[in-house]
This record gives sequence, structure tokens and C-alpha cells, in this order.
Amino acid sequence: MLTHDKIEKNIGLMILLIVLLVSVGGLVEIVPLFFQKSTTEAVAGLKPYDAVRLAGRDIYLREGCYNCHSQMIRPFRAETERYGHYSVAGEFIYDHPFQWGSKRTGPDLARVGGRYSDEWHRTHLLQPRDVVPESNMPAYYWLDRPARSDDIDAKMKALRTVGVPYTDQEIAGAREQLKGKTELDVLIAYLQGLGTVLKQTK
Amino acid sequence: MSDFVSGFWNIYITVLVLISVVGCGVFLWIQDKAKNAPGETMGHVWDETLEEYSNPMPNWWRWMFYITVVFALCYLAVYPGLGSYSGQFGWSSRGQYDKEIADANAKFDPIFDAYKNQDLIKVAADPKAREMGRSMFLTYCAQCHGSDAKGAKGFPNLTDNDWLWGGEPEQIKVTILGGRVGVMPPYGGNPDAVGGPAGAKELANYVRSLSGLPNDAILSAKGKERFAVVCVACHGPDGKGVQAMGAPNLTDKIWLFSSKEDAIVEIITKGRTLTMPSHKDFLGEAKVHLLAAYVYGLGGGVKPAPATPVAAEQPAAAPTAAPAEKK
Repeated sequence: MLTHDKIEKNIGLMILLIVLLVSVGGLVEIVPLFFQKSTTEAVAGLKPYDAVRLAGRDIYLREGCYNCHSQMIRPFRAETERYGHYSVAGEFIYDHPFQWGSKRTGPDLARVGGRYSDEWHRTHLLQPRDVVPESNMPAYYWLDRPARSDDIDAKMKALRTVGVPYTDQEIAGAREQLKGKTELDVLIAYLQGLGTVLKQTK
Repeated sequence: MSDFVSGFWNIYITVLVLISVVGCGVFLWIQDKAKNAPGETMGHVWDETLEEYSNPMPNWWRWMFYITVVFALCYLAVYPGLGSYSGQFGWSSRGQYDKEIADANAKFDPIFDAYKNQDLIKVAADPKAREMGRSMFLTYCAQCHGSDAKGAKGFPNLTDNDWLWGGEPEQIKVTILGGRVGVMPPYGGNPDAVGGPAGAKELANYVRSLSGLPNDAILSAKGKERFAVVCVACHGPDGKGVQAMGAPNLTDKIWLFSSKEDAIVEIITKGRTLTMPSHKDFLGEAKVHLLAAYVYGLGGGVKPAPATPVAAEQPAAAPTAAPAEKK
């Protein structure tokens, strides 16, 4: 019989029992998600990021956009009226890591794709106050410079190892696609593709 | 949602959860049975005299633990938690959302629908409709057109009487519903006829002359000839623009970008594509109706009088004329 006394004096046994106890929550709440269709299968029409949007996504990460912008519309009317259809897990299958975020100093960007023109994004990223005088978003004036392309195929290969279905052909042509693109171009391409797979219709 | 790849996971979750909850109760019960007399110690001693009493937990605390166990079991009976079992209440976050939407629609739809069938000019005069339109404008339109609707560089001012695509109520509504794409091709699509950078400079001088700005008369005269060959197709012979294709009036002293010569040269050489996104799917027609009325009522709206002497007002472009494709 396990007694208080025994557990207290056998450090190995105590560690084992503690690990067992605290892992129950994870075993019940996390592990089954890996075997659930709605969290592991892409929504209809979702495609992996092409080379340009992938490069844009890395700019998004580099500049820390996630610090102020979430990409997760919650299923409340107040959110869906403003942003569009609530987010579902199947939209983020190819995101490694996903950019859901938890801080909204700025608006949610999960469905920003198509909401504004490319020209608006260009102006707004370089100097937000040129279009929204009340904005407190920083100006990203340095983005109008060539996007780095020498590591894009390595990134795509790395993503392929974690399950993004890139073909050899797509990886081979990746650098070519980035030719002549600025960081602004690729970031805007990324933003304009966000959340466009699932449409809200009224 | 619990759409597992196999039924195993339902059992897995159910068994683990129930074992944990019931296990807590059993553990509590075992501890309860092992009653010690008050003042008795656990029997071990540290640091010479440090001992540990084996007093029972206070009753309020003990019972609170029992209640949490019972609460957990009741909760799992009525709410989803045990695998794919959806609970007696049949609650789901999606169901809650759908109900919230249905309730809101039942409340707000009649208000929107009442305006939807009214003439836009009448809606524009209704103070309540204007208030609704204003709050929607601030949510959906202010990012580009500004919270005062006066626009920004490259984004049209909606309060003046200069309209790229027409300022009649129905034209405004068509613009919001379907979006617009206005394209100025580089060199007007015909670099040879424009005459390259030098020709662009001449044209810029002529364009400045159209709105009475200082310009070089010699360059302007040459530009006028080029204008008549290339630019006339969209901007018209007198430079007053054509609303059916969103070609701006160049004579009204209103500049979407800049009236500087360099800026005009840049637009002529590089071209511009201006996009107004479509809002039909996102907002629905009832809301767009109120927004169109609000924008019309901002002050620059053009009354759709059939016998307007200003013949430059083109009829509304057919809704299929420029459907803005989402990018």
C-alpha cells in the first residue's frame, strides 16, 4: 500500500506520481485533438502559402505584427459583424506556427484579405496616419526594399517536413517568384490572402 | 466539435475524465476514514523537534471538496465534456452563436428592412437612418475614406461634389455593393503616342493648365496635342472625365493625389490602379442601402434629376461594368 510516508521518502516515486497527476489534463484536452478531423483537416479550398505569401508571412513575424494583431475571430456576433465569419481550426492547417495571437491593440486580421486595396496597404504600412489619422500603428517605412529570396526554398523544405504539401516544382520555382518583389509586395500578398477561403455571405 | 477519427477517443476521454473525478472523491473518502485523534502527529520528526500534526481538515473545507466532485459530475451530465456526448442541455458554442445571430436578426432585421424598400433620398433625410449609417461608416469605411469622410491621398473625399463613378444615390449604392476598379494604364497604354518621359512632362503641363495652375505654355501646347490623341479616350476631349469608367475630371481643381508636376508625370508614366472593394457579400444589401444613403447625404450627393443640364453626368454604370474581384 502506498502511504504518505513512502511517497515522501522516495523521490523517484514522487516525481512519477506528480508527472502522472499533472499530465491528466493534457492527456484529456490536448492529445485527442490530434485525432480530430476538424482540427487536422484543411477547410475546402485551402492551399499552402505560395512562395510570395510565405515570404510575406515571415515579414509579418519579423516585424512582430502578432504583438498587436490577432488572427482569430471568435464566434460572437460583435466580432463577426466587424470582421466576418468566425475562424475555424481547419483554416490554419498550413500555419507553422499559427498567428492567432491574443492581443488586439489593432484590429483582428484573420479576414483582412480583400477588405482594402493593395494601394491602401502600401500607404498604410509605410505611414498609417496618411490614411487613418487616428491610428497609433507604427510606420514600417523600411519595408520598401527588396525581399530576401535566398532562403525561401530552405523554408519551404522545412515546412514540408512538418506536413505542408509543397511539390519539388514549387520549391524549385520559389526564388524565381520572389524576383523583383519588395518586402511590401510580399507582405501585402500575404495580407490579401488572409481568411479568403471561408466567405461570409449575407 | 468531436469528430474523432475513431470511436476509441470518445472512450479514452470519458474513462480518463471519470477516473479523475471519481478518484478525487474516493481519495477524499479514504482520507476521511483515517481519523486521528486531535493532537496526534504524523510520526516523523525533522530538524530535531519539527513535527507535523495529523489533524483532520475543517469540515467546511472537506464538504467543499465533496461538492466540487458532485458538481463536476452534474456538469458533465448536462454539458459536453465526455467525448462525443453532447450533454443533456445540447449546448454547443456554435449553437450559442447561431442563437445570438438569430436573436439579433429578429431584433434588427425589421429596422433595416423598413429602410431597404425606401427611396435612398428619403432614407438620407431620416435622422435615425443617418445615425445608423454613420456608425456603420465609422466601422467599415473610415479606414480609407476617413472618419470625417473627407478621404486621404488616393482615397476619394465623399463630401465634395466630385465623383469618380457618379454621385447619384443608386450609383453610390452600386459602387459600394460591387466595388470599383479604376485603371489608368502607364502612358495611357500607348507610350509611343505619349512620347516617353518628355511627352509626359508636356502632358502634365497641359493638365495643370486645365485647372488654371501655373504651367509652361510651350510644353502645355504640345501636351494638348498629345492629350487629344491618347488621354481623350478616357478623360474626354475637354478633360472632364467619364464616370462610366471612373476616369476623373481633370478640370475641377480637385486632386486625388497631387497637383504637382512631378506627381502628374509619375501617374502618367507609371499608371494607377485604384480599387474600391466589393461589400455585397460582407455587409449585405440592407446595410449597404443605409450606407449609400449616408454617403449621399454627406453633402456632395447628386440629385438624379432626368433633365440635368450638366450632360457630363453619365448614366450609372451597369453593375457588371466593373466588378471588383477580391484579391
